Amino acid sequence: MIQAAAFYLFATIVIASGVMTIASRNPVHSVLWLILAFFNAAGLMLLLGAEFIAMLLVIVYVGAVAVLFLFVVMMLDVDFAEMRAGFAKYLPFGTLLAIVLLAEIVFAIAAWNAGSIATGVRAAPTNAAVPNIEALGTVLYTRYLYIFEGAGLVLLVAMIGAIVLTQRTRSGVRPQNVSAQVRRRPEDATRNVNQPVGQGVEL
Amino acid sequence: MTEWFQGTLGYGLGWFTATLILILMIALPLMLAVAMIIYADRKIWAAMALRRGPNVVGPFGLLQSFADGLKVFLKETIIPSSANRGLFLLAPIITFTLALIGWAVIPFGPDMVLANINVGLLYILAVSSLSVYGVIIAGWASASKYPFYSALRAAAQMVSYEVSVGFVLIAVIIWSGTFNLQGIIEAQRSHVWIINGFGFNPLLFPMSVIFFISALAETARAPFDLTEAESELVAGFQTEYSSMSFALFWLGEYGNVLLMCGLNATLFWGGWLPPIDWAPLYAVPGIFWFFAKILIFFFIFSWVKATVPRFRYDQLMRLGWKIFLPISLLWVFLVSGYMLATKQQCPADRSILTRITTEEEADRYMPSCRTGMTNLRSGRLAAGAQS
Repeated sequence: MIQAAAFYLFATIVIASGVMTIASRNPVHSVLWLILAFFNAAGLMLLLGAEFIAMLLVIVYVGAVAVLFLFVVMMLDVDFAEMRAGFAKYLPFGTLLAIVLLAEIVFAIAAWNAGSIATGVRAAPTNAAVPNIEALGTVLYTRYLYIFEGAGLVLLVAMIGAIVLTQRTRSGVRPQNVSAQVRRRPEDATRNVNQPVGQGVEL
Repeated sequence: MTEWFQGTLGYGLGWFTATLILILMIALPLMLAVAMIIYADRKIWAAMALRRGPNVVGPFGLLQSFADGLKVFLKETIIPSSANRGLFLLAPIITFTLALIGWAVIPFGPDMVLANINVGLLYILAVSSLSVYGVIIAGWASASKYPFYSALRAAAQMVSYEVSVGFVLIAVIIWSGTFNLQGIIEAQRSHVWIINGFGFNPLLFPMSVIFFISALAETARAPFDLTEAESELVAGFQTEYSSMSFALFWLGEYGNVLLMCGLNATLFWGGWLPPIDWAPLYAVPGIFWFFAKILIFFFIFSWVKATVPRFRYDQLMRLGWKIFLPISLLWVFLVSGYMLATKQQCPADRSILTRITTEEEADRYMPSCRTGMTNLRSGRLAAGAQS
């Protein structure tokens, strides 16, 4: 009973905050609603017993991705009139996307009803006594090791690509060179001069 | 206690009541501790500056925090006219709540933990990565430039240090083999000869130092308090706040500091275990050792605050990305390499692997564990694994 109540609470908030994400006028509010949606999706994962996925959702999406979203959106100066002007232009494309998504959801529900999930369960039996981090780790690092490492490699390439694409060498900057500062001794900066009286110092 | 309530009130309601009481048993003493720790912070800071510190309200000024709280409570709540009203009021509540909920998984003693969950450490990481939202929302909703600068700084700072904290935690997890905080504490029992604690291990000690410094940065304490650098940003993200909303920020900040001290103690210095694995020391309740360790760490936090000058912003980023990240990454390699070289690589007897069912599969995935596999299969059968 409590689980059902929690499910309906989380599911309602996910849907409501999803609607608010696209309905809010202010982009910052949109991002905050999106964060609420992520958070409640993590709650749903928890109800399914996938505590590892739930925590990852919060750490990765809420804690890192959404922070960067918020970071960018906060500094945007969005012109709402201009955004509304584009509405008619993007309407056909948006409608197409919506129809595709709707069709996919219908197919997914039909597939669920047809009981094909059961074959998935048979193909990958899991033990309820094993914590799901351990179960995931066992599968990822044995059977799917190469695929997993391949995914890691793709991410590495993406990371290097992002750094290479955004790197630019600027002239005229004077970055701090810490090792040069630490290496500098008093002898490098000062010298003792036996200065005769009545004469100016030559530097 | 939960069983007693479930016996008298029924299963669901009993559980609910018991959990509610347990939450209050953590939250209320925590609030009192925060009040006293603010006093302690000011006293330590004053002593290091050869001043007296608060000494007027109550004996030795002990009631200073409560007097301050009362004063703040009686002030008028001012909301700037251009501020985003809802978010402006939400921000301190988020900060305060997140400072409290992290304590749910912290073990205070052998059986004293509110939620003994499998993913305790991930939960802590999730809570600490969420705590940046209080600051960002406060900075944005104030509609004022100094809080906004502060919010941007906070976002960049916390995201940067989260990375090295993550690697430090991975090293600890590799060593202890679990995400559960009780399990991590148990793994530290007699870790180095008879001494309890990962921090006494020469291989993990550098990680504990990195974790401590990153904890300073995560909680925006000096020398990383760029988010509220008073010489540049007035009071940072809390510039526009007054009255109770300001007090909530204050309480949340110190609650976070205490949580980080507790986490330092739990991950590296044995949590509720006494420092030495020697029977008479276990006569002292575990909660005493845990609190003693928290207080030592808090003293170090205050010590750093009193003695170290504030970092410049580029130095802060340099430390996080160019020094801590490579070192902690290298250390994860070192720790896992050491574990690989010394510990049993193959799954332990009777451990249950979900996918390996036949000898051929075992051969393919773990060729060096050929001999262990028969045990593996019998363990699998003994545990009644479904396939």
